[in-house]
Amino acid sequence: MIQLNVNKKNVTIDAEPEMPLLYALRDFLNLTGTKFGCGAGLCGACTVHMDGEAVRSCLMPLSAAVGKNITTIEGLSEKSDHPVQEAWLAHKVPQCGYCQSGQMMSAAALLATNAAPSDDEIDIHMQGNICRCGTYKRIKLAIKEAGKNIVREA
Amino acid sequence: MSHIENLSRRGFLKSVGVSGGVLVVGTAIPSMSFAYSESGTAGNVEHQLSVFVSIAEDGIVTLVNHRSEMGQGIRTSIPQIIAEELNANWDYINVVQAKADRKYGSQGTAGSGSIRRFFIHVRQLGAVVRDMLEQAAANIWQVNKSEVSAINHFVVHNKTGQKIAFGELAKHAAKLEIPAPENVKLKSINDFSLIGTDVKQVDLPTIIAGKMIYSHDVQLPDMLIASIERPPVVGGKVKSFDATAAKKVKGVVDVIQLKERSLPAGVFPKSGIAVVATNTWAAIEGRKKLKVVWVNGENQVHNSESYRDNLKKLVNKKGINVNNLGDVYQHDYDQSRTVEATYSVPYLHHAPMETPAATAVIKDGGCIIWAGSQNPQWGKGLVLEELGLSREQADKVEFNVVTMGGAFGRKSKGDYILEAVELAKVTSKPVKVIWSREDDIQHGFYHSVSANYCKAELTNDNSADNWIQRVALPPIGWLFNTDSKSPSDDDLSVGFADTPFKFNQMSMEKHEVSSHIRPGWMRSVSCINNSFALGSFVDELANKAKITTQQMWLNLLAEDRLVDPNSDTFKYTNYGVSLTEHPLDTARMKNVINLLADKANIDEKVSANEGWGISFFRSFNSYMAAATKVSVKNKKVTILEMHTAVDCGIVITPDRVKSQMEGAMTFGLAIALMGEITVKDGKIEQGNFHNYLIPRINQVPNMFVHIVKSNHAPGGIGEPGVPAIAPSIVNAIFHACGTRIRDLPVSKVLSI
Ligand code: FES
Ligand code: FES
Repeated sequence: MIQLNVNKKNVTIDAEPEMPLLYALRDFLNLTGTKFGCGAGLCGACTVHMDGEAVRSCLMPLSAAVGKNITTIEGLSEKSDHPVQEAWLAHKVPQCGYCQSGQMMSAAALLATNAAPSDDEIDIHMQGNICRCGTYKRIKLAIKEAGKNIVREA
Repeated sequence: MSHIENLSRRGFLKSVGVSGGVLVVGTAIPSMSFAYSESGTAGNVEHQLSVFVSIAEDGIVTLVNHRSEMGQGIRTSIPQIIAEELNANWDYINVVQAKADRKYGSQGTAGSGSIRRFFIHVRQLGAVVRDMLEQAAANIWQVNKSEVSAINHFVVHNKTGQKIAFGELAKHAAKLEIPAPENVKLKSINDFSLIGTDVKQVDLPTIIAGKMIYSHDVQLPDMLIASIERPPVVGGKVKSFDATAAKKVKGVVDVIQLKERSLPAGVFPKSGIAVVATNTWAAIEGRKKLKVVWVNGENQVHNSESYRDNLKKLVNKKGINVNNLGDVYQHDYDQSRTVEATYSVPYLHHAPMETPAATAVIKDGGCIIWAGSQNPQWGKGLVLEELGLSREQADKVEFNVVTMGGAFGRKSKGDYILEAVELAKVTSKPVKVIWSREDDIQHGFYHSVSANYCKAELTNDNSADNWIQRVALPPIGWLFNTDSKSPSDDDLSVGFADTPFKFNQMSMEKHEVSSHIRPGWMRSVSCINNSFALGSFVDELANKAKITTQQMWLNLLAEDRLVDPNSDTFKYTNYGVSLTEHPLDTARMKNVINLLADKANIDEKVSANEGWGISFFRSFNSYMAAATKVSVKNKKVTILEMHTAVDCGIVITPDRVKSQMEGAMTFGLAIALMGEITVKDGKIEQGNFHNYLIPRINQVPNMFVHIVKSNHAPGGIGEPGVPAIAPSIVNAIFHACGTRIRDLPVSKVLSI
């Protein structure tokens, strides 16, 4: 039995400690907003926050997630109104949408420490998130807008 | 002529989960053969009801959409067309996804055809419903219908300003006869107020919340998850396997050998060994412990490197005539004015962000399926066959079409769906088959490796003539018939034998080749290699003539005219539609090229090591020109800026046209710079995103889309943006540094 804290709730999962967090979230907690894209840390579709930091859940064994605060896209905000989500909506970023939970989680983690990232900083931070549909241009615009809104609200 | 039916009294929409509809009207959308060679394989779907409008008493208008969503925004655009003719208020529109059912007509979402083919029909449906609502109001006021008009979800009496809401009128309208669609007036294009605007995007809030359900996300009580080890070589079989260790993994329920399949490969599963488990991780871990010995079969002879070299040699020889004018072989070429070049493109793979996945459960001799599919009807037909059911028993298979996390052609094939059905049958449990990324990359249906050859001589007025063009590639037809050795006329109607250029003499030829891995339709299909060759070659001709590439295009296209590529030897298929509605119009071609050159400012002075490249391609009845600016320093290429100018006729949802073009630029950039699937001893060598590269955010530049305002019939949008991109990039590289790249990807020569 493994105890986790996911989206501010304590949960118990009957799974092996080496099972990656991704599969526990999806299969056991029915939090399917976090996606499988590669299973190898190469695409970022599975990005969640662990104590506020963006991590790839497909490579994160449950044992390493114990005692940490895990946040998934479902817990990023109460009403899907995190500044990142609002900017994503305003710029109509998603096409198929499949990569976007991971993109938004990566972006939110970036903006939490740097609300006014430069183009280069965005490039470096977001490089691990693939979007096969090709929404990068809008992702950049949306990150900048979300950053401005974060500064304004602060 | 459209056939439109009043279904109000039949509780018709219950089956798709729509209730409360008081007025329900549905229409047939005629089935058509697929633009590129899907005809005959997807099965002929008869004219059956395919789109429905349902109006409830509270005024909510529910639209059942029969097209599959995969990121192109079709779930918004089709309803937008109906709402336009209906004069409905977009805030009261609710869109429901249709299940796969023959009563919905052709659901195949491929060939960029959703709007291109059904525009008028969909409009007529909206107009008919509007007419009925107007008639109902006129009856209530006892006035002539001409005195009333539908405005923004109400019918208004023009003189008095009295109005009745759509919701209230629905029950009255439901009792009326359906007017003949041809007697109902469609709105004038100039009166469009919804079409051409960016309405609220239907699925966005759900995606942003992380709540969109894709195939991977389907969960059922008691469900098992399957991960399948498939034969690495096409046509390979299991010789023996040892499942002892796999079965010991906690959570693994069973290890099942799938039934053997033989060639032609069709879109059937590859068979193999499935590990089924109570959770995804257990299935993956169990599979790692499987020991399988394969018999690889004859396709293990395949090596893509030597195969590609051979294609290139082949196209340097005279081939089989496809379409010709005069006799170029009698012509005495002036070598100083002749350009001759061979281009090649490797195997490519779709790699949608969401790998294939499907869930099935067997019920009462039939089954229920949940899967993303670009062609649920084809899939359903395959499932019926798999279960030994006839077409008449179609009701026994319920196909729930799930949103796709990208598809790009991959998800037209039903292999992954059949795998789920097969395993659900064996286990008597709901089974979800999930594909790993390695599965996706190694067991796909690949864009065919190809070689194209071009030769032409410059004319005195800086155009070109005595044009020879040849192509060699493993044809998609091989999937269904192993005797198929060369592309069909349909496959050659995609910017190869349908040249818009004005020649006195030309010879378009093809070659015959053997096939060894499964070919498939990938976003814009053979337009990819045809456009790469043509767009590069025009640039090479321009360079030889010492004129701009833009000018060379204009010279080759010559005067404004409508081109008919049909000849005694070549039947042009025009992406499945008539030349009357969708002509090959050189005026539109030149216009889009000029617009691009102007907007992208390609004649600007650039720094040393920088250059602009352009190209043009018409496909899926849309006209697309692309410009790319690059810099090449120390053998490293950086893409600086990309532009697309597009004339796709009437635009329904401009923002989704833009987003498709942005996506196409990125997709084309991947093809040009980094995409390559290689095969060794019949096995795909790539496995995940570390060796099958997809552009990252830092590799994609700022992008601009310029849309031509047009009242022409709408063309496709999902695919036409792709073909012109790769040649625009290699041309830019040439102009930046003088290196001409004829074999993709660029990463073979320059670092990226
Ligand atoms: S699924 Fe975790 S990085 Fe791709
Ligand atoms: S929106 Fe489809 S993969 Fe990013």
